[in-house]
Amino acid sequence: MSEVIVVTSGKGGVGKTTTTANVGTGLAKLGKKVVMIDTDTGLRNLDVVLGLENRIVYNLVDVAEGTVPVRKAMISDKRCPNLYLLPTAQTRDKDAVTPEQMIKVLDEIKSDPENFDYIILDCPAGIEQGFKNAIAGADRALVVTTPELSAIRDADRIVGLLDSNGLRGKEDLIVNRIRVDMVKNGDMMSIDDVNDILHLNLIGAVPDDENIVVATNKGQPLVGDDSLSGQAYFNICKRILGDSVPFLDLSSKNGFFKKLVSAFKK
Amino acid sequence: MSLLDLFKKKGSSEVAKDRLQFLLVSDRTNCSPETMEKIKNEIIEVISKYMDIDTDGLDIQITSTPLEGDAGNVPTLFANIPIKDMRGGSRE
Repeated sequence: MSEVIVVTSGKGGVGKTTTTANVGTGLAKLGKKVVMIDTDTGLRNLDVVLGLENRIVYNLVDVAEGTVPVRKAMISDKRCPNLYLLPTAQTRDKDAVTPEQMIKVLDEIKSDPENFDYIILDCPAGIEQGFKNAIAGADRALVVTTPELSAIRDADRIVGLLDSNGLRGKEDLIVNRIRVDMVKNGDMMSIDDVNDILHLNLIGAVPDDENIVVATNKGQPLVGDDSLSGQAYFNICKRILGDSVPFLDLSSKNGFFKKLVSAFKK
Repeated sequence: MSLLDLFKKKGSSEVAKDRLQFLLVSDRTNCSPETMEKIKNEIIEVISKYMDIDTDGLDIQITSTPLEGDAGNVPTLFANIPIKDMRGGSRE
């Protein structure tokens, strides 16, 4: 049975799509069969981050409307076996899909003989139709935030909505774009500061890393490589699988001392 | 910058955290500053019937109180109302 994970944040630009791409790719690298679904109809980007934008023929809306079977719209990532993308339409809007249709699409994937382990949904920003579609069939949520007022405020709102939609206690927190130098100077909230406010299970802490920009430029998720963020994303994947992985020391330089400390652990 | 300034200076992350905590209380309780003002005025009105209170020193706000065992916070109405005279008030 596939587990459905929605990656959400409320605020835009905090790293939902990057997180989806890296978590999906990472889980596939760990031997799981993964389908990623872009639910950001009209503003799709997961295809670009994954470098699969030239291979799209059919999309989520076609599947939701019953025009094509889901397998026909899924793009397999040739660089990574067991990894698939179901893109969405770029020229339609969020209303083109309903929560009921979304659940039907998920059921179609779940009943596929391929036996997918994970379905990762890239949720659009906001709390409107697109968000409602994305959370409709989710079993758990990864809430992405950055250590900024606006992102944390929106994450708090999102958690409230997830709570009231049957996902209470199923939310894990990813704090993205941490700048250790600024945290040390007292000019950026620390992971603990963020979670003092949100009170969620911390599943990942990702540093602000220029390698992410390079990876997006190339269309190749960096999960699992020796960059600090690549390691951080890979650890998130292992934690999703239930492994207890110590949190990285984000102040260490890329690739050099990969000393693991439990400083961020409760 | 003198050494003293170093100690005096509060990091902007502290400021952010404080602001956020206040902000989220009103977000979570869906209670606007206008509603708070109304609640405050009505509380003053009621208490003033029975005693003379110091309206300038009055402090009414919604804060969050931690639940037992790290189970998160609950919003709490906090009211600090200094009494000037127990027998005062507009009742008599």
